[in-house]
Amino acid sequence: MPSQEVFSWLRTRFFPHIWCPGCGHGIIMHAMLRALVALKKDKSQTVIASGIGCSSRMAGYIDACTMHTTHGRSLAFATGIKLAKPELTVIDVMGDGDCTAIGGNHFIHACRRNIDITAIVMNNNIYGMTGGQASPTTPAGSLATTTPFGAIDPSFDICKLAEGAGASYVARSTVANPIQAEKFILNGIKKKGFSVVEILTHCHTTFGRKNNRRTPIDNINFFKNNSVPLARAKDMSEEELAGKIVTGEFVNKDIPEYTDQYLALIENVRGK
Amino acid sequence: MSGVAFWQGNEAIAYGSLAAGCRFFGGYPITPSSEIAEIMAEELPKLNGRFIQMEDEIGGIAATIGGSVAGMQALTATSGPGFSLKQENLGLAYMAEIPIVVVDVMRGGPSTGLPTKTAQQDVMQARWGTHGDHGTICYAPASVQECYDIAIKAFNAAERYRQPVLIMSDEIIGHMREKVVTPKIDPSKLVNRKRPTDVPEKFVPYRPDPQDDLPCMASFGDGYRWHITGLTHNDWGFPTNNNDEIEKKMKRLMSKIDRFRDDIVEYETFYEDDAEVLVLAYGSVARSSLRAVNDARVRGFKAGFFRPVTLWPFPDKELEKLARKVKTIIVPELNCGQMVLEVERAVRGRAKVVPLNLVNGELFKPEEILAVIEEVA
Repeated sequence: MPSQEVFSWLRTRFFPHIWCPGCGHGIIMHAMLRALVALKKDKSQTVIASGIGCSSRMAGYIDACTMHTTHGRSLAFATGIKLAKPELTVIDVMGDGDCTAIGGNHFIHACRRNIDITAIVMNNNIYGMTGGQASPTTPAGSLATTTPFGAIDPSFDICKLAEGAGASYVARSTVANPIQAEKFILNGIKKKGFSVVEILTHCHTTFGRKNNRRTPIDNINFFKNNSVPLARAKDMSEEELAGKIVTGEFVNKDIPEYTDQYLALIENVRGK
Repeated sequence: MSGVAFWQGNEAIAYGSLAAGCRFFGGYPITPSSEIAEIMAEELPKLNGRFIQMEDEIGGIAATIGGSVAGMQALTATSGPGFSLKQENLGLAYMAEIPIVVVDVMRGGPSTGLPTKTAQQDVMQARWGTHGDHGTICYAPASVQECYDIAIKAFNAAERYRQPVLIMSDEIIGHMREKVVTPKIDPSKLVNRKRPTDVPEKFVPYRPDPQDDLPCMASFGDGYRWHITGLTHNDWGFPTNNNDEIEKKMKRLMSKIDRFRDDIVEYETFYEDDAEVLVLAYGSVARSSLRAVNDARVRGFKAGFFRPVTLWPFPDKELEKLARKVKTIIVPELNCGQMVLEVERAVRGRAKVVPLNLVNGELFKPEEILAVIEEVA
């Protein structure tokens, strides 16, 4: 059960939520709220932005300043909010389709800009809300309603993408390890810069049904059995790592942050 | 600060926006509107404002809406292809009732069309471009002075009615230089969004004020917590499938403009008292049209002139009244006939409506319009 403090962050008057019984998104929301409580964040100074999809409905359930935007564009809205009021804590919750397909451009540019926003990417390898169509993170060979003969295209590695694009904090966990997920989210929020926390979650309703992971517990066991901590992965060959989920903090660096830079620019210009 | 300047239309829109209190610009470079972004990039930091060049047009309007949600008066500017790309997020701003100003410096279309040549082909898109129903406030400036004045009006209207306001300029107005008088701004004449007076615990974000049927707006970070969504929502801002709540929201999106229609509508007329032939034109075309009407008068024709300053709401009642007196209304436009449809709707057969269309990237010459006045008179 959530603590009273965690519970106080929920808009229970708007429940029931839309997630299927056994969905992993609730585990992620709980981990995020625990991190916000641990950091003693003020609800009125916390913004949760989101795009479109099951995961994006999360914004509405949280008693903060919440903005449920258009598909894939939430980071661009969040960028405007953060630039206008850099003192706000801004978190962007998104799914794999939102982040890497329709919103891919906004994602790489938020990484490049290194604006102080924490992106929590709930990767369930599928478009769940629309009925189980393939996403850019659907593993090759997997079945989806739009890949009835198996996906033939390779999938994105979200963490590598974020690292390559310049994010200052990049980490991956799974819903099978909620304590680690909470720690990474907490570190991401603390980091002054753009943080990407990818959390592998499951959609047993659409992805699992077609790919031999029909129940929530099948999926949790899949994540447990296939997760490899980064330290161990470093000594493993590419063949050994095939199909595995490498978890850990990939990037944690201090580089100039966008709104800091912009405020310094204002000071310079106005000082003249 | 009052003064006199010699500006392009694009410059006048930028400086007018700043005078109105605009402190946020999100955008993406596109011809022929880029000067607006360039000026905002230079001027906003001086005023502790914010400028950001986003990764695309869609991000440009998204950041602009975000800036407004955080409490800053916010502007974005574009041209046809970018206006198309912005339509989905423009719809979000209508649905979520977020005040922003969007400028489209029109160029020829469709598609990439004529980046450096003028047109008026986006005027129906201004009304119907995003999916779904909503009221529209849209201005069409016809001079550089008016670019400045309309920028201020547009921000006031956006803040007053809590919705996007469009300025449909065009390449000629945007790049033409004219004298502009910048009056001293009376701060009491600038409208700022109505802020909630309830304590945060009692704040209902979309509950309309019974006085004017418009909800007040809190900014993120001001102590009020609320939910913004593009989904059809109830007074709490939360998604709804309740028929009554859906209808209430949709009707208010329309009625908030209908109700204040007379306050918003603006138009200009010349020689309407005895006119038999009326030329109705907007934007750059209004300039050659007025010249043609003046020339026709010199030649003894009873010509008149009608210029909608707001394309939406369209001054239909006012035009209908005039249509009872005139025989013919000529509607020159730099498109294949868009606002003429609205003219026909307003006139309801009371006068003959003659479209005059030019889509070669040039502006009408006064003699081309004069020839038609003489022909129909």
